[in-house]
This record gives sequence, structure tokens and C-alpha cells, in this order.
Amino acid sequence: MAGHAGPLRTARATTARGLTEPAPVRWLLTAVALGFLGLFLVVPLAAVFVEAFGKGLNAYLSAVSEPDAYAALKLTLIAAGIAVPLNMLFGLCAAWAIGKFDFRGKNLLTTLIDLPFAVSPVISGMVFVLMFGRQGVFGPWLSAHDIKIIFAVPGIVLATLFVSFPFVAREIIPVMEASGSQEEEAARVLGASGFQTFFRVTLPNIKWGLLYGVILCNARAMGEFGAVSVVSGHIRGLTNTLPLHVEILYNEYNFQGAFAVASLLAFLALITLLLKVIVERRSIQA
Amino acid sequence: MSIDIQHVSKSFGSFAALRDVSFQVRAGELVALLGPSGCGKTTLLRIVAGLASADRGTVLFDGEDASGRKAGERRVGFVFQHYALFRHMTVFENVAFGLRVRPAATRPANAVITAKVTELLKLVQLDYLGDRYPTELSGGQRQRVALARALAVEPRVLLLDEPFGALDAKVRQELRRWLRRLHEEIHLTSVFVTHDQEEALELADRVVIMNEGQVEQDGTPEDVFERPASAFVMNFLGSVNIFHGRVEHGRALLGPLSVDYPEHRAPDSRPAAGYARPHELEIARTDEGGGLWAALTTTNPAGAIVRLELKAEDGALLQVEVARDRFETLAPRTGERLYVRPRRLRVFVTEQP
Repeated sequence: MAGHAGPLRTARATTARGLTEPAPVRWLLTAVALGFLGLFLVVPLAAVFVEAFGKGLNAYLSAVSEPDAYAALKLTLIAAGIAVPLNMLFGLCAAWAIGKFDFRGKNLLTTLIDLPFAVSPVISGMVFVLMFGRQGVFGPWLSAHDIKIIFAVPGIVLATLFVSFPFVAREIIPVMEASGSQEEEAARVLGASGFQTFFRVTLPNIKWGLLYGVILCNARAMGEFGAVSVVSGHIRGLTNTLPLHVEILYNEYNFQGAFAVASLLAFLALITLLLKVIVERRSIQA
Repeated sequence: MSIDIQHVSKSFGSFAALRDVSFQVRAGELVALLGPSGCGKTTLLRIVAGLASADRGTVLFDGEDASGRKAGERRVGFVFQHYALFRHMTVFENVAFGLRVRPAATRPANAVITAKVTELLKLVQLDYLGDRYPTELSGGQRQRVALARALAVEPRVLLLDEPFGALDAKVRQELRRWLRRLHEEIHLTSVFVTHDQEEALELADRVVIMNEGQVEQDGTPEDVFERPASAFVMNFLGSVNIFHGRVEHGRALLGPLSVDYPEHRAPDSRPAAGYARPHELEIARTDEGGGLWAALTTTNPAGAIVRLELKAEDGALLQVEVARDRFETLAPRTGERLYVRPRRLRVFVTEQP
């Protein structure tokens, strides 16, 4: 789920008649595409579930309901639960600024939004350690006030925030730029307040893009490994998220447990994808 | 309500969009702001609406400075060039919007809103389309929805930005007549921006012609067409034939033509040009004086007026329009030399010292 940038909602292409390739070519292309998809996406996903249920349903349920796994699930949901709303807010503000106004440094801001896509997640994690770690910039001040960020929940939330922040902004900037500001101006002339203009005119126009961005943001927030791994400290039951917990179990040769927990993540991913498909359908109709 | 625009200037960076523009719109008048694209007319309209602010100068509504009032408080109806209808709302909700966003204290009851919107949709002849979405309407229908939406807030002024710009010719004609009738019915002070001189002359009580951020002329359609204040206005309001030359000693010497020019009696000579519209040129077979010889190159006899193109001896091309019966009695052949005489020639000094 990492590193997917930008909108992939291409317009439903209408293939012009007379431009289709000969049948064998079409078959070959389809076979190659499907074969690739099967080998690299379907088979691994199936493998996760096969391994997870390999020792029976009971073993699966006990692995999933084990306290550490439960704590990891909870932490993952907390991190995503904080990061996603905040990034939604940030994304809205940034997209509003970029889409509706001209100002100095606009290009710089647009580029900076993509920064988390550009840097490796491990480095994002390191940055937070360098800032808030014991030897970091704010380290002495933080330890003097007995505030723990690195190797604690706040660090995980920060890292998650960082890596998942471009998604919402990226999704709605094109929508906002395309719609321009005439409808907002019309609303203003008709006497609507800024608040009313936003909720009655702007938001309905971007709602599908916004929802799509939130879904992608959520997927990234729940699945993030690298950055979180650096700041987490891997304390079982305290600072382990689901992806980290999977790694720990795997390193302890508890393959069945690892895959069982991984299947939870896979379920979350599938639900996310399902939501995404629904949103896409609705947004095309709308 | 009257609008008084006083010394308004506005720049975007180093580009001066408006330079000291002043004119008045009297209550109940329909005024056209006419000019080529980029002349500042839309900027001026947006300043009047409160969507943009002037760098200098003031806009008075009924003698009262409107500068401090926000767009929503000015009670103006604004019709955008591309309509700017709310895409996610039905036609009915679009029109109702201005009433629904009022503060609770002044917001009319639902039944009142429904009645008002229905009445407005009837006025624009779209009451059967209330539950459609803007994307399901034709351009002309969208335009009328935009108008109904603007009228819903009972504006004191109606401002229209290129109201017919995006429509095809036939719909444009219809809407134009319809808007004229509507204006006669409700007598709302209205200003519309256009780059189409025909539209301005046909529709407006008064035409304000703008060029490069300044007012070139302000007058009735007849005034600006018959008595253009400058070469620009003359040029902009239709096709013209131009005869270049100079003025001196109270005479304008324009190639083969010469006419009196009492505005410049001094002996020094200044570059000038004479302008005549195609229908102001007459053709004949004999030298009647005060004209020039030219060879007929093309004739376009479609319609009640025949358009001719002639080539003068100095190579200049002349456009002439003659009535069909005149053309038929004369029956000129292509290539024939004809005598062209301007019935009327307007002379403008081209370079001010």
C-alpha cells in the first residue's frame, strides 16, 4: 500500500471502433496483464490467508485475539484515527489555498506536499528521532519536562501523520483547480457567508475527491511500516502497530501467528479497496 | 438604483486594467459596457459587484459609497459569463440559494421561498425544469436559470458579464430580445458587458465604449454609431474604409479625397485619416466629383444589400454596400472601373501632438 501517488481515476476510455488490435494481440496482452496480476497480487494475498488458516480456525482466532495482537490493532486504529482527520483538515486547507488563490511560494508549497512521497519512510522516521529523540534538537527540553515522544505513542502518531499527509491534498487540488472559484463568487454575491459558501458550495463539489483521498490516506496510515518502525521501539503491547507486530512474530518463527495478524491488515486493505470502488462508482455517477 | 463610478483605477501587477474610469448609470437604465477583450470592462463590472476592489476611486450606489460593503451586502444580481450555476443543486435549489443562505431572522418561510422560486422560474419560462440539474440543460436554459437566481435576492442592480457570449447565434438573438422585454417589464438598473457591438447597440439604452482601461465614449447607441468620438469607436462599431492622409489649413487631404476640416486651421500638417462605413460610399459610372476611381473586384449579392469590393488605383481595397435595386439598375461588371464617392467622411487626427 505504499507510495501510490496521485489520482488514478482516468476517464472511462471510450475505445473508438476500428482502432482495436487484432484478436491474438488482444489475447496476449490480456493474458500478460492477468498473469502478472495473478502472480504478484492474487497469489501472495491468497498465501497470506492460506498460512493464516493453516493450523485451523481455532489457532487463527487465538493468534488474533492474543493481547499483544489486540493492543497492536488498537494502536494502529488510534494512529490512523488521529492522522486521518488531521490530514483531512490539512489537505482541505492546502488544497483551498492552492486551488483558489494565487500567492508567492505556491509552487513551493505544492512541491512540499509531495515530500513524504519523495523521501524514504525510514528517513522520515529518522527525522523525528533527530528532532525529538534523547540526543535530538528538542531532546533535552522534552526529557526535562518528562515528555516522551520517541519510542512512545506520540512518535508513532507523528510518523503516521507525516507519511500519510499528501493523499487528501493531492486528491482534491485537481478537483478544486478544475472547478475554479466562480461558484464561490456566485454564492458570495448571493449573500452567503464564507462558512455557508464552504459547506453548501465548495464541499459538495469536492466531496468524492475528498472521500477518495481519505480512503487512500487511511490505507497508508494503517499499513505504514518503515517510519513507524524507526520511532516505535517495538515495545510489545505498548508501541507495536499491526505491521510491526507481524514482523516481530515472523522473526520469532511464529509464522502462523504472523500470517494471522497479517490477514487482519489484509482485511483492512480489502475493506479500503471496496470502499474505494464504491466511491469511484458514485463519483462517476455524480 | 443609480450607480456612479468615479475615477476608478485598478492595476494587476504592472498592467493597468482600469485608468481613471468615470461614468454614471441612471436608475432603470440598461447600459452596455462595450470593448475589445482585455479593455477592463469585466474588471469594472466585478468592482461594481464587490468581487474585486478598486485601487483608487469610488463606486456610489444611489449616492452612497459602496466600497465598504461586501459583495453579499450590495444587493446586486450578478450573471457570470459561464453561468457558475451550482452543479450539485437542482435548478430550483440554485434559484432558492440566495434566500436560503439568509440569516434565520430574515429568511423567508419555506412556503414563501417555494412560491418565489416558482414565480421566478415562470418568469424565465423554465418552471417545468425545476428538478433538473444544470448539466442537463442547454446553454440558453442555463443562462436563464442564472438570471432567475440573480433576481431571487431582489437585487437593486443587475450585472451581466458577457451574458450571451457562450451561446450560438440563434439562441443569442432570442435571448437578447427576451432580455430586452424583461428589462422593459421590471425596469431594473442593469449593466452588461459585451464585446459584440451589434448586441450593445441593439439592446442597450446607453453604450459605454471602453478601450485599454479608459472610456472612449459614453452615449446612446445612435450617438456612438453616428457620431463616434474617436477613430477607435468608429473602427470598433463596424467595418470601415480608411483613407490615410493629413490635415492642414482647415482641410483634410486624404489621398484622392479632400474635405473641410475646420477643427485644424493652423498651417502645420498633421497625420489624419478619413473613415467611411461601407454603406456611406456610393458608386457611379461618371465622375461626380469628391471621389475616386476604383475597379470592381468581387460582388456578394446575397440578401437585400449587395456587398462589393473595389480596388482603388493606389491598391487600397474598398468595401461598399449598396441597396439591391441600385445595384440592379447600375449592373456593374467585375473588373469595371467605377466612381466611388463617400457620402460622408469622418476625419480623425491619428497622432495627437
